[in-house]
Amino acid sequence: MIPKWLNKKKKEVPEFWNTYLEYFKNTHKTPISSTKFIAFDTETTGFDIDRDRVLSIGAVTLKNNRIAVNSNFEVYINQEIFKPETVKIHGLLKKGNLKKISELEAIESFLDYIKNNVLIAHHARFDFNMINSMLLRNGLGELKNEFIDTAVLFKKSKHIIYQDNLKNYSLDELAKELNVPVVDRHTANGDALITAIVFLKTLSRLKTKNQNLEWDYLLKT
Amino acid sequence: MKNSIADRVVYFLSGYPPFNMLNEKSLHKIAAQVQIIYLEKGDAVFEKGDAYHNDFYIVRDGAIYLYHTNENDKNIIGINDTGDIFGLRALITKENYKLSAVANEESIVYAIPIEVFESVTNNIVKINKYLITSFASNAYDPYTAEEYNEIFVDYIPNKSSDIANFQTAHFTTKPITCKPSKTLQYAANKMCKHDISCIIVVDENKHPIGIISNNDIKNKIATGLYPITTKVSNIMSAPVITDKENITVANAQLKMIQHSVSHICITKDGTPNSKLTGILTHHDILVTQGNNPSVILKDVRRAKRTRYLRIARLKANTLLKSYLEQNIPLTHILKVISSINDAVTERAIYLSIKKMKTPPPVAFSWISIGSQGRQEQLLFTDQDNALIFEDVPKHNYNTVKTYFIELSKHVTKTLNIIGFEYCKADMMASNPEWCKSISEWKTQFSNWILNPDEKSILLSSIFFDYNHIYGDKTLVDRLTDNIFETVGDSSRFYSILANDAMKSPPPLGFFKQFLVEQNGEHKDLFNIKSRALMPLIDAARVLVLSKKIKNVNSTYQRFEKLAELEENNKELFLSCSYAFKALLKFKTKQGILHENSGKFIELSTLTKEEQLKLKRCFKPIKEIQESLKLRFNTSNSIL
Repeated sequence: MIPKWLNKKKKEVPEFWNTYLEYFKNTHKTPISSTKFIAFDTETTGFDIDRDRVLSIGAVTLKNNRIAVNSNFEVYINQEIFKPETVKIHGLLKKGNLKKISELEAIESFLDYIKNNVLIAHHARFDFNMINSMLLRNGLGELKNEFIDTAVLFKKSKHIIYQDNLKNYSLDELAKELNVPVVDRHTANGDALITAIVFLKTLSRLKTKNQNLEWDYLLKT
Repeated sequence: MKNSIADRVVYFLSGYPPFNMLNEKSLHKIAAQVQIIYLEKGDAVFEKGDAYHNDFYIVRDGAIYLYHTNENDKNIIGINDTGDIFGLRALITKENYKLSAVANEESIVYAIPIEVFESVTNNIVKINKYLITSFASNAYDPYTAEEYNEIFVDYIPNKSSDIANFQTAHFTTKPITCKPSKTLQYAANKMCKHDISCIIVVDENKHPIGIISNNDIKNKIATGLYPITTKVSNIMSAPVITDKENITVANAQLKMIQHSVSHICITKDGTPNSKLTGILTHHDILVTQGNNPSVILKDVRRAKRTRYLRIARLKANTLLKSYLEQNIPLTHILKVISSINDAVTERAIYLSIKKMKTPPPVAFSWISIGSQGRQEQLLFTDQDNALIFEDVPKHNYNTVKTYFIELSKHVTKTLNIIGFEYCKADMMASNPEWCKSISEWKTQFSNWILNPDEKSILLSSIFFDYNHIYGDKTLVDRLTDNIFETVGDSSRFYSILANDAMKSPPPLGFFKQFLVEQNGEHKDLFNIKSRALMPLIDAARVLVLSKKIKNVNSTYQRFEKLAELEENNKELFLSCSYAFKALLKFKTKQGILHENSGKFIELSTLTKEEQLKLKRCFKPIKEIQESLKLRFNTSNSIL
C-alpha cells in the first residue's frame, strides 16, 4: 500500500528517503540465525514524544551472534530544545565538544545504516516514536522496519510460574538478571550494545524452551 | 568520530596481558576492529582441523574449553576464563587448528584481527616474549609443550589450578614383566595372578621393549588373529613410550594424549635404552588429579575465595569420574559427592555473610530443594534453594527480608561462579517468593496441601524434598512438624500427589520398545529423567509423606526405609531402590560422556547389554505405579 502522505503531498522528499523506501520493495525473511539485526537506542531530553528531542542515536549491528565494533553507529544531534535536568542521565551538554550534526543529517545516516533490517530496542515503542516524530518533523514518513522489543521478548522467556508477577523490566534489571556487564549505561551506543547482548541471551533462553522459533513469535508484541 | 563501544573494549583489554603493555592509542586501533561474539553453551569458536581464522580471541565473559579430540575421545586441554587469550598459535604457525574451542557456558569473546594486533605490537620485545611464554607455560597443551624452555620460567603466570598438574606423578614401582620369548598364555597367567591390566616385555638388560594390555589380548588373541601359544613379541605394542621418574602429572598426561597410549614406562634415564623402574597408568593420573574426598573437603572448608571453591568442586568431578570408572557403589558416591556439594554451599554462604555489612539480623536456615535436597546431585546441575528466617515484628519485616534477599543474591551468584547454573525457573532464595519467614512458609505449605492445583503440585514436588544446609536447623524441623500436622490424613492430597507420580507411564511401550520423545529438539531420544527417574522419585515422596517418615531425603534411602516398615512389600521397595541407583548411575555416566545433564539418551549408542540392563530397571516402575493406584485410590481423585 502506498503511504497516505505520498498521495497527499507532492512535496519534494530528499533522495535518501526514496532510497530507504526502495529497500522495502522486496523483502524476504531469512532464517533467524543468519539474519542481520540492528539494536539501537536513543538519548532524549525527556519522555514527551512531541516536545522532547533526540540528542543522540546509537546502534550496533549483529549477525550470526557477532557484533563488529567498527560497524557501529553513533551520532549526536544539535537540538534547540535542551533540558539541563536530564544532563545527569545522559551526560550530553548543549554545546560540549562532541561533533554534532543536524536532525536531517542524523536521519539520513541512520536510515542508511538500518536499511530494511529488523530493529531491536528496549521498550522499543518509545525509541520508535521518538525517531518517528523526528522524521515527521522533517517532512518524512514513519519508519518501515519491523522491530523486536527486548522487554517483551524477555517476558516470554520467563518460566510460566513467574510470568504474571513480572514488573515492567528495565534494561538495568534485565542486564542484571542475564548477567550482562553494564557499562556505558546511558550513552546511546552503550545501551544499544547492552540491548543487543540482552537480545542474544534472551533468544538463547527461548531456544532452549522452544526449538523451532518462528518469526511471528519474535515480532509479536 | 566518537565510538563509545571501542572505548569500553579498550578499557577491558587494558586490564589483561599482553594488552596492558600497550599504550592507549594502540589499544584504540585494536579495539575499533574487534568483533564481539556471543556463544551459547556448546557453540564452537573453531574446531580441530578448521583453517586458521584471521583473528585470535580473548574471553570477555564465560568460559571457553579447549579440547583435543580424536574419533572417540575428547580431552580438555585448557580452560579459558575472562581475560584469557586463545587461538593464537594457529595464526602464528599458519596451520589448521589442532584443538577445538567450545563454550562451556554462555560466553562472550572478542575476536581480535591478528593483522591490526601485529601492526601495533611489531617489535615490542616484551609482548613477543610474553606471547611465547604464555604458549610455553600452557602445560595442558600438548602441542606447545615441546616449546617449553627454562629461560621463560620467570614469566610463567602462576595458576593455582595447575598446581596438581605440576606435581610429580605417582607410579607403580617394581612393575610385572616378562621376556619376549615367552608365550602369550604365560603372560596372561602372570597378569591374572597379579591382577593387573598390562604387562611389560623386557629384554635381558631389563630395558622395556614392548607392552601387552588387556586390549591387545582382546584384539589380537580373542579374535583368533594369533593363537594363544604365540610369542609375546608377536603381539606386544612396541616401541613403548618412556619417561623419567620425575615426570609431572601434566607432562605424563600430554605424553599419553600425544601418543594415544594409556601407559608410560618409567626408566632410569627416561629412554627405552635403560633399565625399567616403574609403570605409570592413566588411572594413576586420574587419582592424583582427583585427589581424595577428605582433601577436597578440607580445601572447601578452608577456601577464602570463590575461585578456590570452584577449583575444589571441579576436582570433585574428576573424583566422580574415577569412582565411576572403578565401579564404586553408587550409595558411596552419592554420599561423598553430596557432602562435597553441601560443604561447598555452606562455605559459599559463609563467605557471602562476610561480604554483608552486618551479621544476619535473626536466625535463618538455608535449605536446598529438588535434587540437591534429595542429595542426588552428582553432576553440576541447576541450583534450587530457599531460605527460612525467624519470625520478626511487623515493622522489622521489610528490613529483615531485604537483608536475606541480598545475602541470597551473593550466595546464588557465588554458586553460579562455582558452576551451579542459576535455576531456570528461578527457584532460588534470591527470589522474594522463596525467601520467607517461618510463618509464611507454614502458610505456603498449608496452601499447597489444602488447595492443591496443578501449579502447586508442580511446586510441591520440588519443595517437599528439602534439606537443611546452613543456619538454624530447628527452623526446618518446625516447618516439617507443621507440614505433617497439616497433611494429617488428607487422603485427597495424597491421591493427587500419587496421581502426579503416575503422569509418565512406565517407559516401555506395548512391544517392549522404549518410549522416546516424539518431537522437539530431543526427538527419538530417551528421556531417562522424566521417564524413569522421576516416577520413582515421585512415588518415594508420596509414600514417605503418607507414612510420616521424616528426614529421609534421598530416593533410594526412602525406598529402603519403606522396605523396613512394610515387610510384605519389601521386595518391591528394594527393587525400586536398586533400580533408582542403577538409573542414576546410568544418567551420570551419560552426563560425563556428553558433558551435559545426561538426561537424554541416544538409544543407538547403547550396547545390547546396556539396553537390557536399562529395561530391567523399568519393571519396578510399573509395579510401584500399580501399587500407588491401589493404595491411594487415585482413580477417584479429581484434579
